[in-house]
Amino acid sequence: MNEIELLEAVQRTVSRRMFIKGVIAAGAATSSVGYLFRGPAAVFALPSIQGSVGRLVTLNVNGQQRRVDVLPQETLAMTLRYKLGLTGTKLGCDRAECGACTVLVDGTNHYSCSMLTRSAVGREITTIEGLESEDGTLHPVQQAVVDEGGFQCAFCAPGFIMSMVALVEANPNPTREETAQALSGNLCRCGDYDKILTSAMRAAEYARREA
Amino acid sequence: MAEKTIGRDIAPPDLVAKVTGRAKYAEDFRAEGMVFAKLLASPMPHARVRSIDTSEALAMDGVFGVLTADEVPQPGAPNEPALTNEPLYEGEAILAVAAIDETTAADAIEKIRMDLEPLPFVLDPLDSLRPDGPNARLDGNTRIGREVQTIKWSEEDFAAAADGHMPVGQPGDEWSYGDVDAAFDAADLVLDETIVHQSLTHHPLESRSCMAYWQNGKLFIHGSTQSTARTRAAIARGLGLELHDVVLIAEYCGGGFGSKISGSTIMQVPALLSRKIGRPVMLRITRAEETYLGRARPGFQAKAKIGYRADGRVVAMELFIVQDNGPYGRSGDFRTAADMASLTYQVPAMRFGGVSVYTNTPPKSAQRAPGGGQITSMLEPIMDKAARELGIDRVALRHINVPDNDGVFGPRRRGLTSAYVREALDRGVELFGWEERAARSGQRHGSMVTGIGIGVSSFVGGSSGFDGLLMIREDGKLYVHQGIGNLGTHSIADTARAAADVLGMPWDRVEIVWGDTSRHLPWSAVQAGSQTTHAHTRANHAAAMDAKRKLQEIAAGDLGGSPGDYETGDGRVYRRNDRDTGMTFARAARRATQLGGKYSGEELPEDINAMTVTSAQALAGEGLMGVAKDTYPHEGSTFSFVVGFAEVEVDFETGHVVVKDYTAVTDCGTVLHPRSLAAQLYGGGVQGMGMARSQRWVFDPQWGVSFAKRLYTARPPGILDVPLEMKWAAVGIPDPQTPVGAKGIGEPPLGAGAAAITSAIADALGGRCLCRTPLTADMILAAVEGREQPYGPLETHV
Ligand code: FES
Ligand code: FES
Repeated sequence: MNEIELLEAVQRTVSRRMFIKGVIAAGAATSSVGYLFRGPAAVFALPSIQGSVGRLVTLNVNGQQRRVDVLPQETLAMTLRYKLGLTGTKLGCDRAECGACTVLVDGTNHYSCSMLTRSAVGREITTIEGLESEDGTLHPVQQAVVDEGGFQCAFCAPGFIMSMVALVEANPNPTREETAQALSGNLCRCGDYDKILTSAMRAAEYARREA
Repeated sequence: MAEKTIGRDIAPPDLVAKVTGRAKYAEDFRAEGMVFAKLLASPMPHARVRSIDTSEALAMDGVFGVLTADEVPQPGAPNEPALTNEPLYEGEAILAVAAIDETTAADAIEKIRMDLEPLPFVLDPLDSLRPDGPNARLDGNTRIGREVQTIKWSEEDFAAAADGHMPVGQPGDEWSYGDVDAAFDAADLVLDETIVHQSLTHHPLESRSCMAYWQNGKLFIHGSTQSTARTRAAIARGLGLELHDVVLIAEYCGGGFGSKISGSTIMQVPALLSRKIGRPVMLRITRAEETYLGRARPGFQAKAKIGYRADGRVVAMELFIVQDNGPYGRSGDFRTAADMASLTYQVPAMRFGGVSVYTNTPPKSAQRAPGGGQITSMLEPIMDKAARELGIDRVALRHINVPDNDGVFGPRRRGLTSAYVREALDRGVELFGWEERAARSGQRHGSMVTGIGIGVSSFVGGSSGFDGLLMIREDGKLYVHQGIGNLGTHSIADTARAAADVLGMPWDRVEIVWGDTSRHLPWSAVQAGSQTTHAHTRANHAAAMDAKRKLQEIAAGDLGGSPGDYETGDGRVYRRNDRDTGMTFARAARRATQLGGKYSGEELPEDINAMTVTSAQALAGEGLMGVAKDTYPHEGSTFSFVVGFAEVEVDFETGHVVVKDYTAVTDCGTVLHPRSLAAQLYGGGVQGMGMARSQRWVFDPQWGVSFAKRLYTARPPGILDVPLEMKWAAVGIPDPQTPVGAKGIGEPPLGAGAAAITSAIADALGGRCLCRTPLTADMILAAVEGREQPYGPLETHV
């Protein structure tokens, strides 16, 4: 099986499994099934449960090669949060509705809750933890947010910041309107959009200065 | 002397943690041996568990245990338990399973055999008031005093409903003042409107996930909660534990908006499961579960009858509100709504009646401006209608009615600490460009019609009487201990500025101690009801004054003169007319430790709360302690005010609304932190816009189950739904009844944003008030096309 076939096989089994779960949840309506987390313990201590077979893959996360045991149905958000200890990536909905889980994959912003970890193999993954430089200097986008006093509860912040990073790289000179468009896949329930936009505009300014 | 911190933009000290992902929210913690729990939720809106068979689930590999309703505290009716054998709404938790991972827990739940007996249910409160209508609870349909009772109205009471008017029958609550009937008789204009304000869920972005474990008999709990000191108290009370046996770690909270004031009910599940199975338990709450467990704003079906004098002055009001209470407790929103109406329009004669009816819908709780948000968004378009009929300017109508410092409100005609609403209106008229914009109202270009709206919103702005606790340590820094919570308003840092400024301490030498009850926090207000800005600038001011007195005494004792000769600033206490004679705070802290007694916290004031005593005792001897209860005078009720102005465009071909502009002006006393204040004004405004435009519950009336259980089905505003730029201003006159002059500001922005939108949409529709929220595109289109509305006039949850 080549990579692509493997990926398709993975996606087929997952959607089938999720479909069955969905039917059970809707039909009997007794279970609170969301996207579920199968923890590392299952892999390491109880590999035989459910017949799931773990498999080691190498992920390129924040510039490091990380070997990690990943199940076929595992989402990138879960791998980052529960296998790699990168809890800066948040889960607001786990279903592509809010953007709290946004990470960069090959420089493009993606909902990590809705991407299978295995489909990120061989690609460059950047999370909020990967933005600072080695010496602890904040990324221009992070610095811009700090300088503008951005965000309220900030649960949406890691996701927004990753989208801002993707934006300033793709469009170093965005208008406020383009910025809003670029960030429209992220939801801020505190409604801090005004400061978010102002922070993003300043971020673009900082990034231009650095470039 | 250090620059004053109050009034300046200073980023909160936790912001770097927030932008780097280092800030840990509840679901970011891990513990050795941690396992996962899943909930079994009721598929029915009302049922009784006949039997549960968990044997097959428990026999599974990787399953550690089940927690049922029999093992969690069952508070007396009508209060909410964490798990139940009589679910009162679809989605209510019946039991929980702990397993090695979530998949296993969910598989185990599917192996549980449960026999549920369906019971009658009701979704619409009016249905429960019908003579033969069902009750949501077996013990009744409303609570009066402390008792659950049943109120049914007669067929005659419901006669008005036949032609779509709000029926009025026996109330559960009522009051009145003034000669209401005579005032209506004398009125030049009387409007009598039927209002439907639908319930909507809170949807904080962080769900209420929680992780708990026990060590040496102590419960350690990582939860998502607005408050800290008070949440620990609620957890301890709920589980019957001593306060000192609960350690709550909640340094960050991903939003609450009233739904996590303590949020402690569901925390009992991981706490008790963990104790039962002897392992740390993580309960991740999914978005769908959050929608059910995460509280909602009570809906209103109401009658508003308002009498006006020809000049626009409100002379009489009658409000009758049927409130959707959900299945538990008793929501006070409907009463608050009447108080706020009485206050905002300074109604000289008013009658209020209402009944809060139990329904089999998810539990209700305070949601940002509880009661105030609903009534403001509903009454403001009616005020516009009156202005149109009387031929007067809409701002002029507000001007003549709003309160000033002599304002009174409610049946007891209580007074206010301060009110500068007229000043806010004047400022807003200028900033928004009211004259020019109002002239555009109703203009059409293409299919877009312009509407201009205004919303005047009042809400409670602060309590008093809590404790302040701070330390000056031998490193010379000021440590302000905060028992309030950190939910994003920045008040956790901003209220500490009161202490910094009293002592003249530079902000970079102030440390905030918060969010972990093992770090010795004082007894504090709940982080809710816009209380903390007011309550904890006062408490921190009091504690800083105590510290300052002690610094002055220590300096005078060591360096001569009397305490009054000394001043503090820049981390030193020094002689007023001879700055070189003095000592650093670091040295004063060492002296305090040597002197002991009150200086280092070995002797404490008698009037502070027991929790503050425990915390102070733990800190005693570690430097100079400032500790005091806030006993500053507080005469009258503290309210803050926001006036919102909006320009919208309504597409007459699609019913879609575009919010073009929004301006908010507030009277919240002294401005502590301009940028955070702006964030409250805009953020609250944006939430109000969501309430006015899109968010609500929708139920299948036949089965009583929800269709709106995720973000996209009751969608909060996104970044493209709000204006690209907004404006704000503050009147900035200090409140005379509090030493710092600052009043709370969390709540009233919501009503202002919501009302500015309902008012602007009505304006675009030529003054036609649909008197309903949310105003969805299909309703607007039906109104534009003169078609019948897709829902009955009194219908809710649609
Ligand atoms: S958590 Fe991924 S989009 Fe909401
Ligand atoms: S700041 Fe709270 S969700 Fe964005």
